[in-house]
Amino acid sequence: MTIAVREDLDVRAVVQAAVERHGATREELVAILSDVNREMGYIPAEAFEEVSRLLQIPKAQLFSVASFYKMLAIEPRGRHVIQFCESAPCHVVGGGELWRALREELGLEPGETSADGRWTLVTTSCIGLCGVGPVIVVDDDVYGNVTPEQLPEILARYE
Amino acid sequence: MKVIRSMVLVASDPGSADRDAQEVYRRLQEEIRSLGLVEEVVVTTMGCVTRQEAHPLVIIYPEAVAYGPVKPDDVPLLVERHLREGQIVTDRLVPKELFGPISWLSARRGTLPAEQRVVLRRAGVIDPEDIEDYIIYGGYEALGKALTQMTPDEVVGEISNAGLRGRGGAGFPTGLKWRFVARENRTPKYVICNADESEPGTFKDRLILEGDPHSVIEAMVITGYAVGASEGYIYVRGEYQLAQARLRKAIAQAREMGFLGENIFGSGFDFDIHIHSGAGAYICGEETALIESIEGKRGEPRARPPYPTTHGLWGQPTVVNNVETLANVPPIIQNGADWYRQFGTPHSPGTKVYTILGNVNVTGLIEVPMGITLREVIAIYGKGIRNGATFKLAQTGGSSGSIIPASLQDTPMDFDSYARAEVSLGSGALLICDENTCAVDLTRVLLNFFRKESCGKCTPCRVGTERAYRILTDIAEGRGTLSGIEELEMLIGGLRQLSNCGLGQAAAVPVRDILRHFRAEVEAHIKLGVCPVGVCPMSERQLVVA
Repeated sequence: MTIAVREDLDVRAVVQAAVERHGATREELVAILSDVNREMGYIPAEAFEEVSRLLQIPKAQLFSVASFYKMLAIEPRGRHVIQFCESAPCHVVGGGELWRALREELGLEPGETSADGRWTLVTTSCIGLCGVGPVIVVDDDVYGNVTPEQLPEILARYE
Repeated sequence: MKVIRSMVLVASDPGSADRDAQEVYRRLQEEIRSLGLVEEVVVTTMGCVTRQEAHPLVIIYPEAVAYGPVKPDDVPLLVERHLREGQIVTDRLVPKELFGPISWLSARRGTLPAEQRVVLRRAGVIDPEDIEDYIIYGGYEALGKALTQMTPDEVVGEISNAGLRGRGGAGFPTGLKWRFVARENRTPKYVICNADESEPGTFKDRLILEGDPHSVIEAMVITGYAVGASEGYIYVRGEYQLAQARLRKAIAQAREMGFLGENIFGSGFDFDIHIHSGAGAYICGEETALIESIEGKRGEPRARPPYPTTHGLWGQPTVVNNVETLANVPPIIQNGADWYRQFGTPHSPGTKVYTILGNVNVTGLIEVPMGITLREVIAIYGKGIRNGATFKLAQTGGSSGSIIPASLQDTPMDFDSYARAEVSLGSGALLICDENTCAVDLTRVLLNFFRKESCGKCTPCRVGTERAYRILTDIAEGRGTLSGIEELEMLIGGLRQLSNCGLGQAAAVPVRDILRHFRAEVEAHIKLGVCPVGVCPMSERQLVVA
């Protein structure tokens, strides 16, 4: 599955559907923002306006919440998001070498999106697959026991 | 009537999925269909809890034979020989040394600690998406007993007498926590299951949720009855999509069967559960940050006191329990406190689920009685250090745990013995490191984690973790000074004493531990300008001994 940015969708309609699904309460804010993020690939400014209007929460507060959670993006991301686990269990079984190889292969620093919009590289804390470290996640696909040699083949699967 | 002859369970956790488990599942269905066995053989999924090396695992009942690792191409052979001809394919069995006994094992025998499954007794045995499987294995019996034969006070008493202590890391007595909430007169009260497991190296809760979701639901209803709450929340980390899906399904099934909702077991007691998904923030595992997050805010910890037991969700009395803690509740109610106390040590009864990681031959997950030692874990379950190397250090309890040198590997792993040795048992992740691990490098990686996951609300943590990371990076890259060590020691004190919550306090622990146990190694980086293990970026420089 890709996490492509969908500029073609009607932002207001996406927000309204999410609010309807969860209910227009503060308690459901993170769930609503997560849905918008999943469908749009990130949370566009217009979505904040609409959520603010429907939930009667100031935009500054919405931004404050959205910027806190790592799974919510407030800027467009590349067509494919690569998450690299940089925690200690992956690090001690070869994660350090893999990280160097990954950055060289992509030419990206953590948090950056490639100029052609193909990749966004992010680091992540543990995703609970430490038994098969080092681990990378591309979009929703998990790869365990990854070696630097396997990287080109894995990345070639994504356009 | 349809008579089912065999049941085939295929592991469906992400670790197995990474090794073609879905393809194995698909091929099994295809083969069985083409051989016309659909009426007699059921293929389904299970939450897998065995060693990673055995993934993907396929268990066939009623013989209870475990095959693994199974490749898609093995499927025709297994179907033909086992399911058609009734023979066991011995060369595809899970290697004996990898396989923790899935069936019930009685207590610790002799000097070898047997795996003792209490919370994971059904995981890997039942189909987690089928409530009837859970009921066949004794599910919801404890709930029935609690609601129809016990008063709320008796339920709290049973948990207190069992000596159950919180398995999220802190080891606080569960019965006592429940009593604090039970005695509050204000309503509504809430029960929260903390399933925001994000501790690096820890994935025990994920396996409980994926393998046996009903056990957590049953436990929450019992908890609600005990403390007088009629609403529960499960806060699951956002990344655990499979666990969330299974929980949602389990809740729907439990509602349908009348184990959730109104007038459960005709007792007049009502209880229902909501699922709340996290959105990627380690700090939300801290109970007050978790509460803030459920309320739709940034997940920043509150100052404590007041504690959640009096001022929790929306300011109301709230029990917050970890997944593993809750999973212990139904078996305690079902079998009684005395039964539970036969496992573990007098002050830390019961079992503990550990994840074994790092430079050992066999990584994975075990559930063993409290009180076994690290040496036993490495030798018996980890099958020794990989490549014949020497054990150097271990980190217990994920990033917020302690660093243990070889000299402490015979200390019994229970809350009290570890506390006396100033070691934190934490969440139960055991990261085993060999002689090729540099203490400075490891600690630098840990502090990188803390500085990124600090929520930023309190200055000692936000600034302290960043500063400690920079000093360690300087030492690793050859710019370290002895005054840097002094500054680290000062930072340890500040983080421990002044941080608002456990994150900042825990960040100090690995730094304290390496200065205590591996000071010579840290000083070698500074005084001699070398990394003795050859890991740090300065390591092209070699120490030449004439």
